[in-house]
Amino acid sequence: MKKRFPYHILVFLFPACFIYTLFMIFPLFDTIRISLFTQNLMGENMDNSSNIRAFIGLRNYYDLFTNENWSWHFWNALKNNTYFFLLHVSIQTPIGLLIAAFLSSKDLKFKHTYRTLIFLPAMMSIVIVGYLFNLILSNLWGIPQTILGVVGLEHLYQPWLGLKGPALITISLISIWQFVGIPMMLFYAALLNIPDEILDAAKIDGSGPMTTFWFVKFPLILPTVGLMVILTYVGNYNAFDLIFAMKSLYAGPEYSTDLMGTFFYRTFFGFQMQLGNPTMGATVASTTFGIILLGVLIYLFAFQQRVTRYQY
Amino acid sequence: MNNVKDKYNHLIMHIVLLSYTLICIFPVYLLVNNSFKKRRAIFKEPLSLPTEETFSLVGFTKMFSRVDFSIYFFNSTFVTLTTLFLVLLFGAMAAWALSEYKFKGNTMLGLYLAFGIMLPIKLGTVSILQLLSSMNLVNTLTGLVIVYTAQSLPLAIWILTEFMKQVNQELKEAARCDGVNEYQLFFYIILPLMRPPLATVAVFTMVPVWNDLWWPLVLAPSGGKQTVILGMQQYIGQYVTNWNAVFASLSTALIPILIFYMIFSRQLIRSITSGAVK
Repeated sequence: MKKRFPYHILVFLFPACFIYTLFMIFPLFDTIRISLFTQNLMGENMDNSSNIRAFIGLRNYYDLFTNENWSWHFWNALKNNTYFFLLHVSIQTPIGLLIAAFLSSKDLKFKHTYRTLIFLPAMMSIVIVGYLFNLILSNLWGIPQTILGVVGLEHLYQPWLGLKGPALITISLISIWQFVGIPMMLFYAALLNIPDEILDAAKIDGSGPMTTFWFVKFPLILPTVGLMVILTYVGNYNAFDLIFAMKSLYAGPEYSTDLMGTFFYRTFFGFQMQLGNPTMGATVASTTFGIILLGVLIYLFAFQQRVTRYQY
Repeated sequence: MNNVKDKYNHLIMHIVLLSYTLICIFPVYLLVNNSFKKRRAIFKEPLSLPTEETFSLVGFTKMFSRVDFSIYFFNSTFVTLTTLFLVLLFGAMAAWALSEYKFKGNTMLGLYLAFGIMLPIKLGTVSILQLLSSMNLVNTLTGLVIVYTAQSLPLAIWILTEFMKQVNQELKEAARCDGVNEYQLFFYIILPLMRPPLATVAVFTMVPVWNDLWWPLVLAPSGGKQTVILGMQQYIGQYVTNWNAVFASLSTALIPILIFYMIFSRQLIRSITSGAVK
């Protein structure tokens, strides 16, 4: 007996696949296609834009990397973004790990309260966080001076957000402050999944809390640490809201807080005297896409394949 | 002796955790607290709670007299809930097909759909804007809903597939023997079983959509189609110097999320730690 064609499978799959393909996968690749075209500089008409574009191959990329008009901003944004990411990984991960390790210790009281409150900032809109910290760090309000004054360190205060070096560090710290709850949660979940027998065995073998953490627990949750690093990587090269809220599109001072996201927006929509340039915007987006893809591939092949996974 | 050491360890942990918790909530406290105070009190005593003397709603009245935030609230709520509905429905349908039926390319399709978890849809902005403007969906809520649905589907499908694989095989066979067709099986038997994971997906979908700035900024920047976050951003852009109004508008945008989190935090945290996301 021949089976009837299973139409119901198509019905179940179609809506999700259609929306996902048309509005997510297609645009990502179409953006790469657009990046190979040039633009009529008399102003882009979005409705019939295909008529006024000429194919120029990789010329946009060449310009982006080497032409003075673009390259300074591009390399600057890339450098800042890398710095932004490295700060996240080197500060956020250890703090998250420390808090998770503490939270996972048995019969500690107020666990739920701590983790609920520490996760709270991660639920807030980045825009709100950005404006809020603009106010808190503002000279007019003087919150940091007051706090530093309590411990007698008032002279350490500087208008951090306005200084070229400290601005990016300050903004990174704010972003780290906001999202520390995410590594905390993931590490906490991973630590809870470690079976008691393993920990008991370690204890019987005379391993203290520190030794147990570094030589038993940490290797076991290493896959989660790796996952967290790659999630941070993708999120960081995509960041936009925080800079936009705190620094607007100037990404000041002197573009020292410019990230790929803000650079992309300025390129695409134009800014001040500069006209918006969709095809160059597509080039910036595609380059960011490449950077993110590279990171994800390194993670998948170099890290995930090699790290030992333990099945409990 | 061990007990003393344990107590000592716990004390240190409490000190560290408590200090970090204070660092986390202090800025939120500053924000909510000061939005209910007079301008002078904001500057003079930023840390203290509003008293009878310093309490004031002037920021809120000022803000609501200038902008109609209720429109923005409607927009945000509409976009978030419609997206949620579509993501849960379409996501569960696709997850069901992937986990239940053996067909050619099943694994490949699963990978294809999971691909989107790692890729930010933001990078397709140039093309999406063209696509939506050719469909006349710029400055509409529909445009936002479509993009958010596409963006949220991969994670939803992935989480739901994991859970649907665990549904008891005998239950499904028993239903089929009773002459239930595949659609009835899905809608009347499987979906009700999926309530807990659907709730998890709901939280993961709603929060980023509600909080997003990028797509409202790109797709619906004007014409009364702004979301709360964008409306607040535009408002603050104009009235930076009025501290009362700035605090009030930040609070207004924040409070719905705070309430939402207060209600669902237990469930959210439980679903994260129970391995819904691995």
